Amino acid sequence: MLLIACPWCGDRPELEFRHAGEAHVTRPADPAAVSDAAWTGFLYERQNPRGLYRERWRHLHGCGRFFNAVRHTLTDRFLGSYPPGGEPPA
Amino acid sequence: MRLPAGGRIDRDRPLHFTFDGRAYTGYAGDTLASALLAAGVSIFGRSFKYHRPRGLLAAGAEEPNALVEIDRGPGRREPNQRATMVPLEAGLVARSQNRWPSLRLDVGALAGLAAPLLPAGFYYKTFLGPRRDSWHRLWEPLIRRMAGLGRAPDAPDPDRYGNRFAHCETLVVGGGPAGIVAALTAAESGGRVILCDEQEELGGSLLATPEVMIDGQPCWESLAAAVAELRANPQVRVLTRTTAFHYGLQNFVALAQVLDRADGLRERLWQVRAGRVLLATGAIERPIPFPGNDRPGVMLAGAARSYCARWGVLPGQRAVLLAAHDSGYAAAFALADAGAAAGAGAVVPVILDLRAAPPEALVAAAAARGITVLAGHGVVETIGAGRISGLRAAPLRPDGTPDRGRATAMACDLLLMAGGWTPNVQLFSQSRGRLRWDAAADAFLPGGSPEAQASLGACNGTTELGAVLQEAAAAGRGEAQAAAAPAVPTALPIRAIAAGAVAARKAFVDFQNDVTTADLALAVREGFRSIEHVKRYTTTGMATDQGKTSGMMSLAVTAAVLGRDLPEVGLTSFRPPYTPTSFGTLAGRHRGAVFDPGRTAPMHDWAVEQGALLEPVGQWLRARAFPRGAEDLQAAVARECLAVRQAVGILDASTLGKIEVVGPDAAEFLERCYANAWHGLAPGRCRYGLLLREDGFLLDDGVVARLAPDRFHVTTTTGGAARVLHLLEDYRQTEFPELQVWLTSTTEHWGVAALQGPRARRVLAPLVEDLDLAALPHMGVAECRVAGFPARLFRVSFSGELGFEVNVPANRMPALWQALWQAGAPQGLTAYGTEAMHVLRAEKGFIIIGQETDGTVTPDDVGLGWAIGRKKRDFIGKRGLARAGMAAPDRRQLVGLAPADGRRPEEGAQLLAGARRAEGHVTSAYDSACLGRPFALGLLAGGRARHGETVFATRRDGPPQPLTVGSPVAWDPAGERLDG
Amino acid sequence: MRFSWRGLAREALRGHAGWTPHWRSPEQPQPGYDVVILGGGGHGLATAYYLASQHRPGRIAVLEKGWIGGGNTGRNTTIIRSNYLFPESAALYDHALQLWEGLSLALNYNVMFSPRGVMMLAHSQHDVQSGLRHVHANRLAGVDNEWLTPAEAKAFCPPLDTSAAIRYPVLGAALQRRGGVARHDAVAWGYARAASALGVDIIEGCEVTGIDRDPVSGAVTGVQTGKGPIRCRKLGVVAAGSTSLVMAMAGLRMPLESFPLQALVSEPVKPVFPCVVMSNTVHAYISQSDKGELVIGAGTDQYPSYSQAGGVQILGHTLEAICEMFPIFRRMRMLRAWGGIVDVTPDRSPILSRTPVPGLYVNCGWGTGGFKATPGSGHVFAATIARDEPHPIAAPFSLDRFAGGRLIDEAAAAAVAH
Repeated sequence: MLLIACPWCGDRPELEFRHAGEAHVTRPADPAAVSDAAWTGFLYERQNPRGLYRERWRHLHGCGRFFNAVRHTLTDRFLGSYPPGGEPPA
Repeated sequence: MRLPAGGRIDRDRPLHFTFDGRAYTGYAGDTLASALLAAGVSIFGRSFKYHRPRGLLAAGAEEPNALVEIDRGPGRREPNQRATMVPLEAGLVARSQNRWPSLRLDVGALAGLAAPLLPAGFYYKTFLGPRRDSWHRLWEPLIRRMAGLGRAPDAPDPDRYGNRFAHCETLVVGGGPAGIVAALTAAESGGRVILCDEQEELGGSLLATPEVMIDGQPCWESLAAAVAELRANPQVRVLTRTTAFHYGLQNFVALAQVLDRADGLRERLWQVRAGRVLLATGAIERPIPFPGNDRPGVMLAGAARSYCARWGVLPGQRAVLLAAHDSGYAAAFALADAGAAAGAGAVVPVILDLRAAPPEALVAAAAARGITVLAGHGVVETIGAGRISGLRAAPLRPDGTPDRGRATAMACDLLLMAGGWTPNVQLFSQSRGRLRWDAAADAFLPGGSPEAQASLGACNGTTELGAVLQEAAAAGRGEAQAAAAPAVPTALPIRAIAAGAVAARKAFVDFQNDVTTADLALAVREGFRSIEHVKRYTTTGMATDQGKTSGMMSLAVTAAVLGRDLPEVGLTSFRPPYTPTSFGTLAGRHRGAVFDPGRTAPMHDWAVEQGALLEPVGQWLRARAFPRGAEDLQAAVARECLAVRQAVGILDASTLGKIEVVGPDAAEFLERCYANAWHGLAPGRCRYGLLLREDGFLLDDGVVARLAPDRFHVTTTTGGAARVLHLLEDYRQTEFPELQVWLTSTTEHWGVAALQGPRARRVLAPLVEDLDLAALPHMGVAECRVAGFPARLFRVSFSGELGFEVNVPANRMPALWQALWQAGAPQGLTAYGTEAMHVLRAEKGFIIIGQETDGTVTPDDVGLGWAIGRKKRDFIGKRGLARAGMAAPDRRQLVGLAPADGRRPEEGAQLLAGARRAEGHVTSAYDSACLGRPFALGLLAGGRARHGETVFATRRDGPPQPLTVGSPVAWDPAGERLDG
Repeated sequence: MRFSWRGLAREALRGHAGWTPHWRSPEQPQPGYDVVILGGGGHGLATAYYLASQHRPGRIAVLEKGWIGGGNTGRNTTIIRSNYLFPESAALYDHALQLWEGLSLALNYNVMFSPRGVMMLAHSQHDVQSGLRHVHANRLAGVDNEWLTPAEAKAFCPPLDTSAAIRYPVLGAALQRRGGVARHDAVAWGYARAASALGVDIIEGCEVTGIDRDPVSGAVTGVQTGKGPIRCRKLGVVAAGSTSLVMAMAGLRMPLESFPLQALVSEPVKPVFPCVVMSNTVHAYISQSDKGELVIGAGTDQYPSYSQAGGVQILGHTLEAICEMFPIFRRMRMLRAWGGIVDVTPDRSPILSRTPVPGLYVNCGWGTGGFKATPGSGHVFAATIARDEPHPIAAPFSLDRFAGGRLIDEAAAAAVAH
């Protein structure tokens, strides 16, 4: 069970969180203006890297807030977490 | 035989027990294994494949042979218990397993005669025919009967299992000398310490070596003092009979504690998050492969020493030691000395040492005891009917194989194997630590680890007691580990031992699964080069001991056959659990009613009193119908439906999801999320809202009420509440953070009583204050008082009749309900359940998310295209709907289906028209008391343009039945009844 | 050498000295092949076998990063069934099931296909509706599937608790009698042996590090590997959890995420569980292996990962469900748990497809249920590669279905809601 750092509440067990997919997948500002291919990219295509992965979590059973984290998908170790819109740790 | 004195047993407390129906007596402090061994029992079980008789190999958790069934009464029968880990208790009932008719005479042992035909993997090459299904029909049942070990329990387990979460600064796994010292020093340094050990008492290897001195004191005395100190320290939690079985990320370690408490609490799962983990898990002795090394009476040297010292049992009267490692000598000397003290004579006459030149000091010490050491000798074969009665030993040739021509026979009733030691690195490896091959230690040792952890003592390759204690104390204090002193080779390397046994016959490596060196050689010959392949092909290391005694030797034999070095061949991965862990422990308290805690609406108890039939809906338990007297479900539903259509019915609708959406941008937020238009909705009015996924498919629906310009009361489906709130929060927080809006789940805050039927207003009106009920329009909402309680009153209809939904604080709901119930009695107020609700809504063609929709359905498919705000620039799902294929005319569309033959079709029936190709399916089908006939809804390709057509619904009981396609609205198509 | 009792007996007389490797595994690959299959799991080996036996496109190699069958093929709970809802899925999985039924004889390798019946439990009215919809759809498509009452379900699987008072009572069950289990390792080994006998090179320990493409046409021309470059005309990627990584080498982003999936076995016991039981509502998937172990599937962890390890809470959740449905197993013990990496598509259906890169084909996205499809997947993927056009059964599972919205969403179709 992961130990996850909520930027507002600190380290908490994974049971309190829900994973919310890859981070920095930006919803097009005007969806009507984008092509089917671009929309498909937004909806479905993911980096799915083996390595550092920027992802979203929600502290569902806690403060309820969404945030971003950087995790290595081979070791599952976190580099850090940061609020939405923030910059990932280097 | 039991020695006249010694051991850690309480000779004043005899315990009576049975094994295979025969009565035995042991002592408190015995294990089942030590007590049976003391009683002269030598055969404990039968092996998996060949049903060979097997005795005790070990004394601890690694025991592969002595698996027994323990029977504590109905529901408490357990298979495959290691006799070495079962503490003796009064009245214990144990049985051997995997034999018929008896342990001594096992018909299954005939498999041994066919052994040449049954090498590793024989089943992949055979049982292929004669027919395609011959394996399943003919051969598999035979194989299955032969396989398996014990019998599964046959009744539900009445015992309970606990669960605790714990945090500590230091978790110490293993209560031997290293673990005890580490725990003591860690406690001195401050912080909480948890020390766990799988045995009944702390001490580990010291329990087998009373003669060892620590600080000039016999070690058992030092041990007692240390244990007392640990137990007295409030910062230290000592858990015995507790196995750390799973080492997860970030020092999250799961422990299984055996309690066997009289109150039925049997085991407890501890989930520990530790600042650091100190592993002091010890080492396991390696058996040596040679012909007949599995005969009862062939035992690990260290195990024999344990039985002798810890339990006062002399496991044989005439023992031969086969040594490849110095440690065997100490075991042999301990047995010899104990035997001499007990007047048993020369218990150990001979030591065979695989090494050409054993250390002189040891040879001399042996000579002093009158023991003959035959250096450079191995075992050609063992002899005996059942238990070992002798062996033939021979000098080794240069290639390490015994020279059979020069073999000599010697009698013995015990053969000790000292093949060296394998550090217990399983937990270290589970924590994703890297193992490194250490040639001097002749073992894989802990290397780098991503966790805050250290390995101490034997599991770290540190074997000399003084060094172990130093290493443990330093680790306990949190000091960096000094580089381990290079180990002094004390043994014949395992690779050399293996090389000498590759060609041997019936030299067992995995005792439980009957894997021999020849099987491993065969696997390599057949092209299985990866150790993982060898393991899977031969099943070596896959028995219930998880390869504890066999893993390293399998690797060594495979390396020898391949002609490679051991680390080149690699190690199979160590998988949790460390030892088998009961399902009950992992499941914990999540059983029965709290398996998945059920949610109940405020009127649940009342419904149960009324004799309601309940149904699970998601996590909720809802009243499905309220049968009266001898009514069945169908009759009750018909009566309830008619009551609603003709008079008035009441439904506990509190399970509906409810979200309060508040803020200056509340309307804009809903505008961007829901498919409908919201800005134009006036306060005091409601609208039926649709929520889509970004791909355009329907996700949820519900009535949304605007209470004020900045306040909405949003309802969702019962099952979708959490999903919807999560999705809305996601958009609020991450897509539209600029909007001033807040979301609060109010599902449990409001109790909802739905009154539906032409007389609904007559029931409700007398109870309403602060509102002119007659003036409340359909799809209107108002805040008022009902029966004296503050209420949100909706005029909405899910039945097509005049309808109201009264929301009051949930704790007021029973009182409201009683008031309505009394007021409604003269009007024929009838309670109805979810089934009648479904029928009533279906008669009106109203969909249910999840029944008419399935995640591949658009609003237009179910006739709800009108609800979409066409002029909106964007909402969730708008772009998805614009994709090709989302508006094709042949999409499946909602239709009403009238059976032409008067029979109710089955929900899920496929719809056909001519060809045997499905053109849709029946989504809902009911017998309608109101219509006086069965009817159905369905999704049909291009259905809206096919009204009047006849289609056919598949039936399981005969040919397809004809249905007439029509409007989904079967009741009151003009909508005239909404006003009562 | 053909496998038979006679051969076994002959070898028994000479100490089994005459057996030869089941498949050829050359240390070094040839400099070039006509078709390279990337991934030596069951699907990849089956693809190679059907290519070699039915299409003969020239020289074929299978490149495997580790040891064959070491990925999800060797880590799954081996459930085989074809009673899927949508006709496209049912066609694919039933094609596989028909191949399973004759596979041991076809390969001369006992894959131990055991059609002991797969029973899927319904615990709510919604489950019943969904289950019956499957039954009707399957029967129409010629796929066997029948509906059982709770009493019939109990008779078919005696350890099942069908009492009405439990938290999620059994309200019925869909049974596919032709469904069952097989021996997972044997599938990889059997296909490898049969393919090898037809001349396919199976190169183990050979990791692909790059995909070479023609600078003008963009077509695949070869792969870079840990054992040097290998030329090829066609490249079939069958890499399960690693698909995103491999396809990225050709510049393609995939609609995939890779999740840890765990499974576990109990200690072996005598036969006690005669069939396969699945419950999507309580998340219980269980059968008993021929060796006697209860084989239990757990869920995925919630986050993508390549670690092949999952949380202990996932195992706990699974065993809660098992103990609830089968209370006599509470005192059974977990012997071994392990994790795999499953690649999951947005609609939980696989991708069997050509790609925008000429000569590059992809077979992936099987999620938690790929084992059952192994023979059918290999068979139609081989045809797709050989003819450079989708096999009719593979056509609906193309990569471009996501852009067009033509999803085959079995999971959504069975989703719980109300």
